[in-house]
Amino acid sequence: MEPTLQATGIAKYFGSIRALEHVDFEIYPGEVVAVLGDNGAGKSTFIKILSGVYHPDQGEIRLNGELVRLNSPMDARKKGIETVYQDLALAPQVDVTSNIFLGREMMRKGLLGKIGFLDRKAMRDQVKNMLGQLKASVKSVNQVVDELSGGQRQAVAIVRAVSWGTNLVIMDEPTAALGVEESAKTLELIKEVKSKGIPVIFITHTIPFAFDVADRIVVLRLGKSVVNLMTHDTHMDEVVQWITGSKSVENNY
Amino acid sequence: MSNRAVTKETTHQVNLTSNRIRKGLSNYWTLSILVLIIAIFGVIEPRFLSRSNWLSTTTYMTETMLLGISETFVIITAGIDLSVGAIEGLAGVVAALVILKTLAFGTTLSLIFGVVFGLVVGMLVGLVNGLVITKMKITPFITTLGTMGVATGLTFIFSGGTDVVGLPASLNVIGNLVVASWFNFTVIITMIVLALAGIWLSKTRFGQYTYAIGSNAEASRRAGIRVDNHLIKVYMLSGLIASLSGILLLTRFATASPLTGANSELNAIAAVVIGGASLFGGRGTMFGTLVGAGIISVLVTGLVIVNVQPYWQVVAIGVIIILAVWFDQLNHRPS
Repeated sequence: MEPTLQATGIAKYFGSIRALEHVDFEIYPGEVVAVLGDNGAGKSTFIKILSGVYHPDQGEIRLNGELVRLNSPMDARKKGIETVYQDLALAPQVDVTSNIFLGREMMRKGLLGKIGFLDRKAMRDQVKNMLGQLKASVKSVNQVVDELSGGQRQAVAIVRAVSWGTNLVIMDEPTAALGVEESAKTLELIKEVKSKGIPVIFITHTIPFAFDVADRIVVLRLGKSVVNLMTHDTHMDEVVQWITGSKSVENNY
Repeated sequence: MSNRAVTKETTHQVNLTSNRIRKGLSNYWTLSILVLIIAIFGVIEPRFLSRSNWLSTTTYMTETMLLGISETFVIITAGIDLSVGAIEGLAGVVAALVILKTLAFGTTLSLIFGVVFGLVVGMLVGLVNGLVITKMKITPFITTLGTMGVATGLTFIFSGGTDVVGLPASLNVIGNLVVASWFNFTVIITMIVLALAGIWLSKTRFGQYTYAIGSNAEASRRAGIRVDNHLIKVYMLSGLIASLSGILLLTRFATASPLTGANSELNAIAAVVIGGASLFGGRGTMFGTLVGAGIISVLVTGLVIVNVQPYWQVVAIGVIIILAVWFDQLNHRPS
């Protein structure tokens, strides 16, 4: 099977600082891959390269086998790479439906649509459908985001990310600001996304969450991808050792 | 489902309902205040409820209403437009001067020229506002404070500091036309603009982006909305409607005073804030602004009619603004 996304030999420098030295990464359809690493390991930089914010100085990215250049975040989105940022990028005073359709509104048919009239009913119906498919619990699609709980907001952001012919979803620490119950719901959502065949890159600091949802764990350390572990073949201690560097390719034997 | 979960669901339901009630209240409490003020004035002085007072109140209200429409669009984007009053004055003077200069083409044509030039001038000031805010990254407050000065200065330069007089009498006839005994010509135009603005804001993509940008500009940018372009359009629209207000005043008085519009932006901003808009952006409605403009205008004509010094209106509006914002904050505590 062909990987959905394959990044080889990615390096990124900021002046004399080497943010990424050599990262190899691939993800297959329907797979959840957790990217773990200490602060400063290069997770953020790597994610920003995949979402089009930065350009790599070395290395190549292939999307469904095709060599791509991600010129901007918009460009990455057009190519089907959706990123759910930590801040969720929602408009709090705007309702759920409008947030999900922000920038891609459905217009009324005919002349009214041409002069800018929205088809709110069609959008609402579609959003209800999307939320249902992902079993996301949001009371009303007319509620403004301000009135939602943290977990519900996360759900809105995730639904928005997966609803547009998406190739790949990147989630940057989606549980960072959430309580236990809400985190669990978010993990369930990730599983639902996976079951739709959409691969998910999941960045987290909470290792148990990685074991809960990920098929594979990739550890970054000091700008390098140091190991690629199948979740069912490893255990938390081993992962921690790789993250902290007490286990490495050099002293593995 | 466990008992605990059921209880939790119910609590949530109750919260939602009480939220809805509170929201309903905050939408309509200003309307109740308007009705209350009208009732009080009506009891003290029945003449307040007469047709002639209706005509003078609604006609007086057009200025605050139109500038309020401008300001509603701008304030929802989390901006402010201090230049609307100055634009109003500038548009009136420019329109008047153009009419005088083009009278040789016949009255009708000269009026058309005047109106078109007046509207274009307002849009140009709005364009400058939008460009300075988005490209030079100057805050809306400072930008429009600057263009307010520029526009006011230009108004005095163009008019030589005196009223522009000698306009065709037909202008005055149009401006003071009363349709169906109850509606002044300028009121009808204002009602049409209000209806269009309300529909535009609530039903179209333009309105949607206006709210989204005011609510979270960065998120809008990431969603692919061309935020700068949209803001420029909003400030141009604001300038356009403000200059329409200046032209309507010109038709009423058939004289363009360079003093027109001085401080009018404050009443407009007050109307928008009383109407429930948030100066932090993302919230506000045309209906709210209508109620806000109604309160301000009723206070002016009401105090006159009950023989109280009308300066008390300024005091009352100040108090109402603070109450309105306070009430609004109680209802929208940051979660």
